[in-house]
Amino acid sequence: MKNLVDNCCQKCTHTIETPCKDFISCRTTGPLCHDDPACREERNKHLAKIQNPGEISIKQILICTGTGCASSGSHRLIEMVREELVKRDLDEIVRVRSTGCHGFCEQGPIVIIEPDKTFYTKVKPSDIAEIIEKDIVNGHKVEHLLYKDPVTGEAACTYETVNFYAKQKRIILDNCGQINPERISHYIAKDGYKGFEKVLHSFNPEGVIDEIKKSGLRGRGGAGFPTGLKWSMCRRNESDKKYVICNADEGDPGAFMDRSVLEGDPHAVIEGMLIGAYAIGADEGYVYCRAEYPLAIERMKIAIAHAEKYGLLGNNILDSGFNFKLHIKAGAGAFVCGEETALIASIEGKRGMPRVRPPYPAEKGLWGKPTNINNVETWANVPHIIRNGAEWYAQIGTEKSKGTKIFALTGKVNNTGLVEVPMGITLREIIYDIGGGIQGNKKFKAAQIGGPSGGCIPEELLDLPVDFDSLKEVGAMIGSGGLVVLDETTCMVDIARFFLTFVQKESCGKCTPCREGTKRMLEILTRITKGQGREEDLDNLERLAHVIKDTALCGLGQTAPNPVLATLKYFRHEYEVHIREKRCPAHSCASLLKYKIDPEKCKRCGLCAKYCPAGSIFGDKNTPFEIDTLSCIKCNTCYEKCKFNAITIS
Amino acid sequence: MCSCDKGKKHIDLKELKLKKMIVQYKGEAGALIPVLQEAQQIYSYLPESVLKIIAEEMGIAVAEVYGVATFYSQFRFAPIGKNVIRVCMGTACHVRGALKVLKTMERELGIKAGETTGDGQFTLETVSCVGACGLAPVISVNNKVYGNMTPLKVPEILGKFE
Repeated sequence: MKNLVDNCCQKCTHTIETPCKDFISCRTTGPLCHDDPACREERNKHLAKIQNPGEISIKQILICTGTGCASSGSHRLIEMVREELVKRDLDEIVRVRSTGCHGFCEQGPIVIIEPDKTFYTKVKPSDIAEIIEKDIVNGHKVEHLLYKDPVTGEAACTYETVNFYAKQKRIILDNCGQINPERISHYIAKDGYKGFEKVLHSFNPEGVIDEIKKSGLRGRGGAGFPTGLKWSMCRRNESDKKYVICNADEGDPGAFMDRSVLEGDPHAVIEGMLIGAYAIGADEGYVYCRAEYPLAIERMKIAIAHAEKYGLLGNNILDSGFNFKLHIKAGAGAFVCGEETALIASIEGKRGMPRVRPPYPAEKGLWGKPTNINNVETWANVPHIIRNGAEWYAQIGTEKSKGTKIFALTGKVNNTGLVEVPMGITLREIIYDIGGGIQGNKKFKAAQIGGPSGGCIPEELLDLPVDFDSLKEVGAMIGSGGLVVLDETTCMVDIARFFLTFVQKESCGKCTPCREGTKRMLEILTRITKGQGREEDLDNLERLAHVIKDTALCGLGQTAPNPVLATLKYFRHEYEVHIREKRCPAHSCASLLKYKIDPEKCKRCGLCAKYCPAGSIFGDKNTPFEIDTLSCIKCNTCYEKCKFNAITIS
Repeated sequence: MCSCDKGKKHIDLKELKLKKMIVQYKGEAGALIPVLQEAQQIYSYLPESVLKIIAEEMGIAVAEVYGVATFYSQFRFAPIGKNVIRVCMGTACHVRGALKVLKTMERELGIKAGETTGDGQFTLETVSCVGACGLAPVISVNNKVYGNMTPLKVPEILGKFE
């Protein structure tokens, strides 16, 4: 027995052909079918290695290999740690583990030492020898690599005392960054697939749906539709074939929680889909993942292969008579494919265009068969609900929005990354307590929530509890959970134009309101940001927005005007200044800016000219420096570099 | 030129690979998109001739193949450079200055987004989001992500690939 999931001895007969119904519980509490102290000891040893590395007195070095940390060089770190351990003859007693995303990508590469919970950030190859020498060998922390609170400057000794993590409630993200996502044994050691086993042993399909209904789970993809109800609608429709689909086409620019879950805990999604398929009566499923996430696709492929190898996918799973096949499909770059009918068309190999509903996919979905679609985070919630019970889940959150939600906290905030919080938390807590406040002591202006379908929340609404319904009331929505913090240097007209540019580019063109309406709105917004706005523009924007909202074919079109409507509602004065005074109060709209050098303040040091990426600054010791306004790209570099405040922006 | 090759049919290895790949998808429903994706891996873009072969081999109209291929932004119809640079234009990158990075990139390479340099070294593209928002603004070169970009870092990164 080399691995936790292997059979302990010849008495264990679990194979794909002869599946054992207790396979999962046997791996963590077994052996169950025979009593052999040697087998038990062997199992416990493997389990302890994964669950409580501290108890068997070996240290573990966990290195994140998610997209963020990998781009900061974590793969090289793993190699170096391994080499260093071999050099010091420590490779037998210290384990190195590559993990999924910790969600705190800005501080990457992240290295964690267990069981001490030491949290090292921004680790460079040159730090490796020091970590091994000081921490692993001598047991002292490497002070300069510890995370320091941006407000108090205090160093955090363990990840539990890092404010970013301390105030989160990590249920879905709990495994991410802790287990090796490429090992099924790690997931099983952390109670993985126990929810699915429980369903097979003690629930009938209706019972599963009742449990999900009781938990109050609502879809995490955007609209917040009750998951249990969705399942029961699909179950009701009689058919020889049904499908379940995982929507991993996370197209909202600024959201990456689905990527993290797929990269860090892919088996949780598979388990959720297995439970859903059993409840609905489906025997085939698809994970539709956007092509821009190659690592997520790779990890999901590995997870599917492992689940097949150990008989958790396939025929007669765990001797229950239940069959389930799972495929992965890579998207090809179309935002609209996040819409369920468009996604189905794309799996069928067609242009990914939405169609009129009804019929809903629950009646006529993939290949015309009843189909249930949920997004990654929704599926990942399901195993926890079954494992711990609907009552436990329903305690978390608010009256109508249960459980936790993962937000991608980004923009002008000190701590950017993924945060999982209970529903009902206030935006102020997320941005200031977890996010550590605004970068560079700037002033908060707004929080953009929900991406291209969402809205902007101004400062006076920061104490609003975040849940599906309260956000809708103020013209925003949770959407997929992108939360971009904007400060005083962000122009709200420019933000509205940014989202309209995105929606216009991604509009599939099938219905006129979205195709033409967003184009006209974009023209108006572009005009305003160039200082050519007209007085009647704001009324026209509002009128167009309402027409599109009421008449567009799919959810994406109907919500496309939201960023414009929300900014008009809370930041109308910024639009008016652009139109009437032809200026951008945030100093952001490039066409309305002019950079100049004040000859009185300029000390002719030449720093601005040296750093100007456009080569637009001329001068020398004898001639005063000047900016060529025609070739200036208004990148603000000179302003940031000048030590004498000689650069003025008008 | 020697004449011993005369009369022999020229064997196109890429075409052989393409046809072999299509056969593997035979009978599989909804295979057009994965076929196009694999074809693009073989040719690095989708020339008209390839679209025609796909249509013929799969028994569907060229118009349909073309319709599907042009719908998705992943598919290209012109050859690409040796190095593909993608500047992320997601929300987080936008508010942290992605446009300045793109402008500098365009200036340094002397091309606009969507174009390839004359020497075939670089193709510059924009992308909606690569999901590395914590490191915004980001670019990717040949699928490797570079975070916390500034206009000043652009020449340094380009230098690595020249």
